Amino acid sequence: MVANTPGPASSPEPGPAHGARSDVGAVRPPGASEDAEVLRGYYRQMALIRAFELRSAEMYARAKIGGYCHLNLGEEATVVGLMAALRPSDYLFAGYRVHGYALARGAEPGRVMAELFGRVTGMSGGRGGSMHLFDAGLRLLGGYGIVGGQLPPATGAALAIAYRGAPGPDSEAVMCLLGDGTTNIGAFHEALNLAAVWRLPIVYAIVNNQLGMGTPVEAASGEPELFRRGCSYRIPGERVDGNDVLAVRDAALALMESAREEHRPGLLEAVSYRIRGHSVVDPARYRSAEETQRVRDLDPLPAFRARLIEGGVLDQETAARIDDETERTVTAAIEFADTSPPPPVDTLFDGVYATPVPNVFTGLPGDPPPDGQTTVTTLGES
Amino acid sequence: MTTLTLGKALNAGMRRAMESDPKVLVMGEDVGKLGGVFRVTDGLQKDFGEDRVIDTPLAESGIIGTAIGLALRGYRPICEIQFDGFVFPAADQIITQLAKMPLRSLGALKLPVVVRIPCGGGIGAVEHHSESPEAYFTHTSGLRVVACSNPVDAYTMIQDAVRCDDPIIFFEPKRRYWDKADIDLDAPGLPLDRARVVRPGRDVTLVAYGPMVKTCLEAAAAAEEDGRDLEVIDLRSLNPLDMAVLEESVQRTGRCVVVHEAPIFTGLGAEVAARVSERCFYHLESPVLRVGGFSTPYPPSRLEEYYLPDLDRVLDAVDRTFAY
Repeated sequence: MVANTPGPASSPEPGPAHGARSDVGAVRPPGASEDAEVLRGYYRQMALIRAFELRSAEMYARAKIGGYCHLNLGEEATVVGLMAALRPSDYLFAGYRVHGYALARGAEPGRVMAELFGRVTGMSGGRGGSMHLFDAGLRLLGGYGIVGGQLPPATGAALAIAYRGAPGPDSEAVMCLLGDGTTNIGAFHEALNLAAVWRLPIVYAIVNNQLGMGTPVEAASGEPELFRRGCSYRIPGERVDGNDVLAVRDAALALMESAREEHRPGLLEAVSYRIRGHSVVDPARYRSAEETQRVRDLDPLPAFRARLIEGGVLDQETAARIDDETERTVTAAIEFADTSPPPPVDTLFDGVYATPVPNVFTGLPGDPPPDGQTTVTTLGES
Repeated sequence: MTTLTLGKALNAGMRRAMESDPKVLVMGEDVGKLGGVFRVTDGLQKDFGEDRVIDTPLAESGIIGTAIGLALRGYRPICEIQFDGFVFPAADQIITQLAKMPLRSLGALKLPVVVRIPCGGGIGAVEHHSESPEAYFTHTSGLRVVACSNPVDAYTMIQDAVRCDDPIIFFEPKRRYWDKADIDLDAPGLPLDRARVVRPGRDVTLVAYGPMVKTCLEAAAAAEEDGRDLEVIDLRSLNPLDMAVLEESVQRTGRCVVVHEAPIFTGLGAEVAARVSERCFYHLESPVLRVGGFSTPYPPSRLEEYYLPDLDRVLDAVDRTFAY
């Protein structure tokens, strides 16, 4: 059974599902088997994401960040739990709410912030922005701004793994992140079906923050218990409390293991709640003050901190020191971003094609116009 | 007279269409309770109910597909695509079904579907959120494609589009949503298929639509100081083109510059240039020139100002027409 999962009062209690775990969601003290340093590391990552996102909102308000900016606030436990289940050799595909994943995957905070600032030192050279974080070295293959855009390509990456090698403990695997709203777009069905019939090493991780922009999951999804959708494809589905970093990690690890060892796809639903609006500019008027307060009470960061202190893994002093350090890290990231230059305008055409393409016009203002639009000078001479 | 922004004018136009015909529906992502990302459908669900202003799941193909089904049974759905770049998941339903069904049924089936798409850049957004995909749709026979450029047209064009029995792709210049104008809510508008001379002039014909009309008017004002008298035409209808207005104008001025945000290469400007060249060949003092975006995916906000055609680029092209 899924206990302690935050959700609207009207949402039906989920029953047993294929592959559902019985212990997920229960608030447990960190077990004796947990390494204290690892647990503090999770806290540090969650605190870093929290600080990074709060300062990102501030930088957006100060017009340092352009375009759109979607934050992981409230999803920190899910982000860190999912990333803790990946190996460096695994591939990660994400939606547009991607800052936290890049950080937890090990991206340098300064390079992430510089990308948000649109600076040349950003992870994508300032050309991707908030939604399109890429880092091939980290095997973070985006950052996708279109809902559902990442699903078929992630499935293809899993197909490539299946082509290259047999299942086994050393097999690579793919984690494909998606939001609750993404389960309703056609690409979701196509991707999961392909993964099932081709037996691909991929875990689709639904980050259910309970709102698709302003629309609650129940209003948009015929089966609002999203993990159940796997049954259409005989893909094991599981739901975990997305506010519990260890529950998320454990469930993700188990599914990633099946993906690796059996090349069997999995579907994981982590239920958390988006603390702020859909993007920084969304005032989120579609939800009541009571609802917002209720979910603030479930805020995963103070909850995990209290849990670690209770379990003797963390003391107040150490927690405060970690918080200070993450603040300083984020301040340094902002400084790095702010002092980096924007991409030079003469690089506008760089990267549009992988190879030089003959006859592609790449003129800029002030350059001679393309063939067929003879220049003034030429005409004057002719 | 009522003063309305372009966004509010669209809202008022849809409201009037819904009041006058109970078959008119609005559907899209977050169009109801939220009132749309740009608040263009704000308040409609409150006043017309959830059955007529439908919040859909994130499923663009499904939105257009179900709108087709509704239209086949006599309804007149207005679909909102949240941003220009989000229309591509729906492209299959639009291009393969919406555009072709009237022909397949030899006219027995009418598809009065309006697909509203906020388009263009200028709001500091990025790819998917700043694109100008009109040429994909003007290239598709069976679709009518229109673009409004100002609040007055927005108000009447959306109503005319809803009344039209053919499918219409309706582009809205998102950076002009907040432009204001006085509107006579009872005055009939120019027919949907007609282009408008928004500024008469003698020397050069500037042809634009949507967001670039205002840019061209600014360019014309600047050129006036240099003693050049530019005519500005707002195409309004992108397919079909109102060639009569274009021909009459270019035959007077002898020079023509087409301006759009979309990349120049095989953009709508290419069609306008070809048609004007065919029809006005002996009147032309120079080739028809085009000003538009570059052949690159839409750049991030820091590079946007270089990408978007502005007054200087329009005037540069005007200068070049005088070099012949």
